[in-house]
Amino acid sequence: MSAADREMAPDVVLRAEGITKVYGGTVALDNVDFTVYRGKVNVLIGENGAGKSTLMKIIAGAETATRGRLLLEGQPVHFKSPREAARAGIGMIYQELNLFPNLSVAENIFLDHEAMRRRGFLVDRRRQQEAARRLLERLEQPIDPQALVGNLRLGQQQIVEIAKALARDVRILIMDEPTSALTTAEVEILFRVIRELKEQGVSIIYISHKLEELLRIGDYVTILRDSHRVAEAPVSAIDVNWIVEQMIGRSVSETYVHQERTPGRELLRVEHLSLPRPGGGLLLDDVSFQVRAGEIVALYGLLGAGRSELLECLIGLHPEASGALWVAGQPVRGRTVGERIAEGLVLVPEDRQREGLVPTLSVAHNMVLASLRRYLSGLALSRKKELTAVRRLISDLGIKAPSPQTLIEALSGGNQQKVVVARGLLTEPRVLLLDEPTRGIDIGAKADLFRLMNRLASEGLGVLFVSSELREVMSVADRILVLARGRLTGEFRREEASEEALVAAASLGQGPASEKEETGEWSASGTLQTGAAGGSQIATPAASASKERRDQPRPQA
Amino acid sequence: MRNPSSVASRELAARRSFTLQRRQIQTLLFQLRAFVALIILVIIFSILSPDFLTLNDLTIVAEHVSINALLAIGQSFVILTAGIDLSVGSIVGLTAMVAGYLISQGLPLPMFGVVVYFNVWVVILISLLVGIVLGLVNGLVITRLSVAPFIATLGMLYAARGLALLTSNGATFPDLGGDPSLGNTGFPFLGTGNILGVPMPIWLMILFGVVASFVASRTPFGRQVYAIGGNERAAQLSGIRVNRVKLLVYVISGFCAAMTGLVIASQLQAAQPATGESYELNAIAAVVLGGTSLFGGRGTDPRQHHRRVCDRRPQRWPGADRRL
Repeated sequence: MSAADREMAPDVVLRAEGITKVYGGTVALDNVDFTVYRGKVNVLIGENGAGKSTLMKIIAGAETATRGRLLLEGQPVHFKSPREAARAGIGMIYQELNLFPNLSVAENIFLDHEAMRRRGFLVDRRRQQEAARRLLERLEQPIDPQALVGNLRLGQQQIVEIAKALARDVRILIMDEPTSALTTAEVEILFRVIRELKEQGVSIIYISHKLEELLRIGDYVTILRDSHRVAEAPVSAIDVNWIVEQMIGRSVSETYVHQERTPGRELLRVEHLSLPRPGGGLLLDDVSFQVRAGEIVALYGLLGAGRSELLECLIGLHPEASGALWVAGQPVRGRTVGERIAEGLVLVPEDRQREGLVPTLSVAHNMVLASLRRYLSGLALSRKKELTAVRRLISDLGIKAPSPQTLIEALSGGNQQKVVVARGLLTEPRVLLLDEPTRGIDIGAKADLFRLMNRLASEGLGVLFVSSELREVMSVADRILVLARGRLTGEFRREEASEEALVAAASLGQGPASEKEETGEWSASGTLQTGAAGGSQIATPAASASKERRDQPRPQA
Repeated sequence: MRNPSSVASRELAARRSFTLQRRQIQTLLFQLRAFVALIILVIIFSILSPDFLTLNDLTIVAEHVSINALLAIGQSFVILTAGIDLSVGSIVGLTAMVAGYLISQGLPLPMFGVVVYFNVWVVILISLLVGIVLGLVNGLVITRLSVAPFIATLGMLYAARGLALLTSNGATFPDLGGDPSLGNTGFPFLGTGNILGVPMPIWLMILFGVVASFVASRTPFGRQVYAIGGNERAAQLSGIRVNRVKLLVYVISGFCAAMTGLVIASQLQAAQPATGESYELNAIAAVVLGGTSLFGGRGTDPRQHHRRVCDRRPQRWPGADRRL
């Protein structure tokens, strides 16, 4: 069946043909076809960076394709703005909430299509609030339309975002990870609304990392990998294993490598580390452990368990922390980050965009930022010394950059991450601290990174990395530390670690009884979703982990 | 027989290289737009006034420009860190008044019943120190008390102006030529003197420009300034002492402002408390016209002399000998 025949077929409402999108030097989408069937839930799956969000932005008019065309009801369309797409009946619920925290719920819902008084220029607030209340009732949410969006919790904001899309007459509704901030009950409501919309003939494009969810609600599945469309199938014909295979495209064992090494002498010793929580309590409670030379130690735990804070304490970001540190047998005296770096610690932060990169600088300048003193000749920085070091690391880590002078922003996520790692390595650390190093990078870069961690460990570094992905933790690390609510609740050698044991240790003290308020419970569920959203981990381990946790009979309070 | 496809491809290649050239020229023109605008202005003014493009007139223009240049050089560092220094105009005023006071009034020491008149060099040093201290206060308020740079330096704008008024109760210190019997002559040389036929302010501008350019582009400090402006958190995690660098940029800005105040007082051979009012805006405008982003981290090194001319010339036109 040719493409022309298919777009004539009555059940296709929108077709994207040969969509290519190039950002700078990066190809985000390469000749991708995507079909939206009328009145169905069309699921789009792919790893982070596979190009899902870009494709959706093109369909919703927020971006324009470099090449390719969109056919709406068989007619070619060119959306120059989200507004034009909205006029054509395409609505989008973005992954990052696009709400104005300083405006009320009703104002947000009716932004840009305000209900006007007859003949007037004035906004008819009462009518808007009425309509907003009806929408929210349909979503079974007792949210006051007059409440400020900024005062709602994240899950409620997500609901408002959904209501906002529903307030317009949509025939195609794009949902980019709509459930990532919702509780189980709220997800049920959303699914009910989706079924209602389907009955009304609305076509849904649904993006999520939660495979079980997709299989429940989806009708058709399209899989993107590395900017290409690799498969499309009706949900009835497939299962989770098929999806994972298509998504990853190669066997899992190639990515998650582990080398046998004999750990050497102790490089990092942490004793009785405690960090007070602003406003009472402890973020870290009496944490003690060591990392040896040639050892990769993983720090596993749920979001909010204090993992990032632990690394931040080690690198000197929390002067209020108490406890003692030794690096290679020497007590650590430095209080600032610079002094800690000089003593042999270095941190690759979790949020690359916010904490890792300096977007205004080139690859080379980003890379040498933490080790500037090493390139001095006299008072000035020696360009030659800098470039020698930069070139060495670019080839060493296999960083794909057109030149060292390229702006860092032009690189793909995986290469940016390698630049941040390279910055750390140029300080010649004894212990490398990595906070969620694989977040938001594609599978190839992930494999590179794990290989690099193995190599560094073989060269005698100590590696301590934080991860929410069970598979990563269990396959890459020599030893796994589990953190829950700021306490070390488990320590496993590679051989003795099991998913069940790790998850059980990570959820210790996570029961709702220990903290009464709803938000605590909610953030716990948010955690699991983040874990699942971390990338390839959508596969069974995380899914079963979240299931595991839900099924657990709430351990001690 | 010629291969038609190779001809076509050669034509294509030629066309491509031509369009490439055109694009490169366009980019170049765009990057140099401020400079192009300057050349156009120079042409227009040369036509409008026969006196414009003479060495004499250009020297006068450059002398005026140098005042804004000195301020803008300091301001560039601040703006590169995504900060702003609104107090420079007032620091100009205060240092001019301090210099004027020390030269014309001397420093009275009541406990010894004497009035000390300092050597001009000492006066200059003390005045520069005043600028440095005020910059330090700016920096400390911003880094230690976490006050937004806009607010902190706005406060300093009023505080320093108030102090400037207090030094003389609003009056002007005239005749800063000094008294040979007191041994404090020579101050006017800073603003009106020549070395090799080039006025002192221009030498100062060149000196400050060269040093600043070197610091910004070749030293770790300069790199750290850019990094902080680009992403403060990333800079901090790279071990950069963010607060110390920030403190220093305000000190540099205060120092440059003090130098400017001295030059103006010396040019006028008088110090009045309103000196330098609204100069902060000239400085900021010059920095931004020079291609530095107000959001920090982006900007060429502070070699922005030509832009200063764009900035200055229309103000002087047409009153040829207007002197502040």
